[in-house]
Amino acid sequence: MQTIAQYLPEHPFFAGLDTATTDLLAGCAVNIHIRADEFLFREGTPADHFYLLRHGRIAIEVRTPGPPMVLDTVEDGDVVGWSWVVPPYLWTFDGRAVTDTSAVAFDAACLRGKCLVNPLLGYDLMMRFVRLMNQRLQSARIRLIDLYGGTNG
Amino acid sequence: MGSVADLQPGGAATLTRPDPMLPRPCVVRRVHQDTRDTYTLELEPTDGAPLAWLPGQFTMLHAFGVGEAPISISGDPSRPDRIEHTVRNVGSVTAALVAAGPGTVLGVRGPFGTGWEVGKGRGSDVVVVAGGIGLAPLRPAILELIAHRADYDRVVLLYGARTPEDILFTDDLRAWAERDGIVVEVTVDNGQHAWRGRVGLVTQLVTRAGFDAARALALVCGPEVMMRYAAQALSDRGVRPERLRLSMERNMKCGVGLCGHCQLRELFLCVDGPVLGYDRLAPLMSRAEL
Repeated sequence: MQTIAQYLPEHPFFAGLDTATTDLLAGCAVNIHIRADEFLFREGTPADHFYLLRHGRIAIEVRTPGPPMVLDTVEDGDVVGWSWVVPPYLWTFDGRAVTDTSAVAFDAACLRGKCLVNPLLGYDLMMRFVRLMNQRLQSARIRLIDLYGGTNG
Repeated sequence: MGSVADLQPGGAATLTRPDPMLPRPCVVRRVHQDTRDTYTLELEPTDGAPLAWLPGQFTMLHAFGVGEAPISISGDPSRPDRIEHTVRNVGSVTAALVAAGPGTVLGVRGPFGTGWEVGKGRGSDVVVVAGGIGLAPLRPAILELIAHRADYDRVVLLYGARTPEDILFTDDLRAWAERDGIVVEVTVDNGQHAWRGRVGLVTQLVTRAGFDAARALALVCGPEVMMRYAAQALSDRGVRPERLRLSMERNMKCGVGLCGHCQLRELFLCVDGPVLGYDRLAPLMSRAEL
């Protein structure tokens, strides 16, 4: 298995970053593993990490009076979590492992500290997360249309 | 200029067929409930003569005394003696069609329109993108791919449905993946806690699927909004517009290019379509109220 420092430069989310920067990011990251049905994060708890999924699938869920609803799933190669950049830095949904999952976990306090010291890094990272937010927002808006209703075959 | 026959509604082929406005009686042999509101009807012409059709074509399916509706053929193209239509119950005609039990006689006009032209994918990857009931018109294309599986490289089916309960042809999907060497990826818009599969847009599957976009043939069918985003995603991956084929749905009525109900600017989709290349459709799909 590749080390985090080897893995990050190959990942599309970090494309274009120089080695010094990916090494710096890797310094804030650890590998984690969770089993199916364990939670990666829970709504309302501190968003002290974001994650890069290496293997597995995470369901982003909202609690309801009945069973939780799955809003989205993310899997191999996806980035999960932007609550760490938005005060008050609390998770807004649950993240439950649907399968056994391996991920790179980035320490939010460590990254926020490095972004404060190095605003160029901060801007670069924010742009990458804004793109991610934009994709997820578009996906959510399109799904509001109820794409598959009403046609007859 | 072509022959006089080309001036006939529906082109020269119409002259060699019986009156295209006359429904051909077919008896319902079998009805299978696919989902809560969707049924597949297996029909057999009462005169015994098989109905020749191409994957992607549709018929006007007639419930006598109620009306008719355009329904894509969803069966196996190697079995012209057994015509299958998958119908979602969304109105009075489709309600009558899905209520037709074995032995009921329905009318069939057609087949009409253009096909998928699956053979154009020989020697390359084929990616099939389906949304909702749009899997039904693509099923004959997939069965044709399977019948000639060695002629194609990777075959990938990307399928989006509203909920897990709305997923069509679940037995087929399993068999295609496990037996027929097709990569089948399914996602739903709304998932309950118990659903272990994907939740999200079908276009996200396009982004991650493994296929050689520069050489691939892509076949897309679903609601038009979904097709627009799927076609854009395929195009962004590098699929060439002329190798990206979409099945358009409009208000088909006559089926022979006469009444104009299915007009999409210069196209009559019942004869020029329903299956058309993205090179022709792209400028039309982004216009409002067309």
